[in-house]
Amino acid sequence: MKAFQLIRPKDSAQAIAVTAKTKTVQQGAEIRFIAGGTTLIDLMKLTVEQPQNLVDLNRLPLDKIETLSHGGLTIGAGVRNSDLAHHPIVRKNYAVLSEAILSGATVQIRNMATTAGNLLQRTRCMYFRDPAMPCNKREPGSGCGAINGANRGLAILGTSEHCIATNPSDMNVAMAALEAAIHVRGPKGERSIPIADFHVLPGNTPQRETVLEPGDLITHVTLPPPATGARSLYLKLRDRTSYEFALAAAAVIVTVADGKVTRARIALGGVGTKPWRSLEAEQELMGQSATEAVFRKAAEAALRDAKPQSQNGFKVELAKRCLVHALKLVTQPA
Amino acid sequence: MPDRSESNEKPETDTRSKFGQSTRRTFLSRLGIASLLATTGPAITTLAQRSERIEPGFSATPKDAIPVSLRVNGKNYSLRIDPRTTLLDCLREHLHLTGSKKGCDHGQCGACTVHINGRRELSCLSLAALHEGDEITTIEGLGQPEKMHPMQAAFVTCDAYQCGYCTSGQIMSAVALLKEPCGPEDAEVQEFMSGNICRCGAYQNIVAAIQSVRKGTKAQKSG
Repeated sequence: MKAFQLIRPKDSAQAIAVTAKTKTVQQGAEIRFIAGGTTLIDLMKLTVEQPQNLVDLNRLPLDKIETLSHGGLTIGAGVRNSDLAHHPIVRKNYAVLSEAILSGATVQIRNMATTAGNLLQRTRCMYFRDPAMPCNKREPGSGCGAINGANRGLAILGTSEHCIATNPSDMNVAMAALEAAIHVRGPKGERSIPIADFHVLPGNTPQRETVLEPGDLITHVTLPPPATGARSLYLKLRDRTSYEFALAAAAVIVTVADGKVTRARIALGGVGTKPWRSLEAEQELMGQSATEAVFRKAAEAALRDAKPQSQNGFKVELAKRCLVHALKLVTQPA
Repeated sequence: MPDRSESNEKPETDTRSKFGQSTRRTFLSRLGIASLLATTGPAITTLAQRSERIEPGFSATPKDAIPVSLRVNGKNYSLRIDPRTTLLDCLREHLHLTGSKKGCDHGQCGACTVHINGRRELSCLSLAALHEGDEITTIEGLGQPEKMHPMQAAFVTCDAYQCGYCTSGQIMSAVALLKEPCGPEDAEVQEFMSGNICRCGAYQNIVAAIQSVRKGTKAQKSG
């Protein structure tokens, strides 16, 4: 691990002022916020990240979960994953979020990892994590070792010729289906970013993963009120039953009235370079009967643009079946 | 990395270096150093010089050390440490609490599990300097051979280990599990314990030990 200075800001304003001086908050940032550290410390040990300054956010009051007056929920950036997953309101009104979080990592890691940290979780692509390997995300212009390399676990949606790294987070997939908003305070004031716009596709700049700018501090995440009569599910398929990243996952929130789908929110995990909301699948479901044939059409639509690599062609069908199965389970009579 | 601690507290009784009282640890480390010197003395120097060159950011002097106050197993420590020091390295190398183990050092094996304010966390994935004001508990604070925690006793009775390297982490997780929303079935215990890897494969007996404490029954070795 490279040497760094530890900065302990007394409030958010100071944290923002300090980090506003960095050139970037994307890969290679010289100043980094640290909270749980479960991603950052790991990557610093690998020298994938080499910040010269760490700004400790753990003492800032960013750890509240509160109900909003209109019925939604606000989740502090520093809320630990385990506290979020086990919160009674989350379990009751946003079960898909609780299920997604509890399907990822382990108790120890969930006790440490935070809401904002999980939004910014880095890919598990082995070429990104190994500085001896080429990786356009870690070192722009060095090439992508994963294309034609060990790419079994990597993305099939949203890829580019420069990067096929998967977004590894389960929480993000549920947040995408729940249409969460990310609230940011920065040097120019406060703003709210819909989660669909928060992560960016790799394109020609895979080192850039989010729309965050220097000095931007995620303060909280808000969820809209739960949809009336909706049922939800997070289904995760992986090589092991526990402590493993998704090969394919589906977060589904569906309302069925008189046998017809009246509302659907679909997001896929383990297959996209970002948390993959599928408006195409939602459109196929809207107004249709809740039958397997319809679910299959929705799954075909969701994976229509899939670009499998040399080792992960199986993910196309796996993701389809994952979504179909999730939809079947969630629309079964109670 | 050289030990840069200037700990105000020393272990109350340190008999480990006294003649004739070698522990397994001191014996093995002396043996290791002796054999290394015999075979690779010059190579070590070369390696040290090279790593100085490779990492210009690395400083061997304590000028970058920062003051950190920690509370571990009910005792207060004032240290000066490199900000890079993980909580695990701090516990082991500076406070000489070597019960917490370094397995993977990347948050994948659970051998370094300790309690922070009563919750289990991975000490290898956290910096010591981020834990000022926290109540840290290690396996040493949980129990001692003459007065074991019920979970430690159950691990002994159930033969819930083989080589023992992962055991302190397993026990710290198991004790934390008692207060977590874990269902009654073995499968749920397995899920809650999935962050602790046992390379010897003592999983069945680990689950048996945990279940015996949860059910308040007399522990029995399974299988």
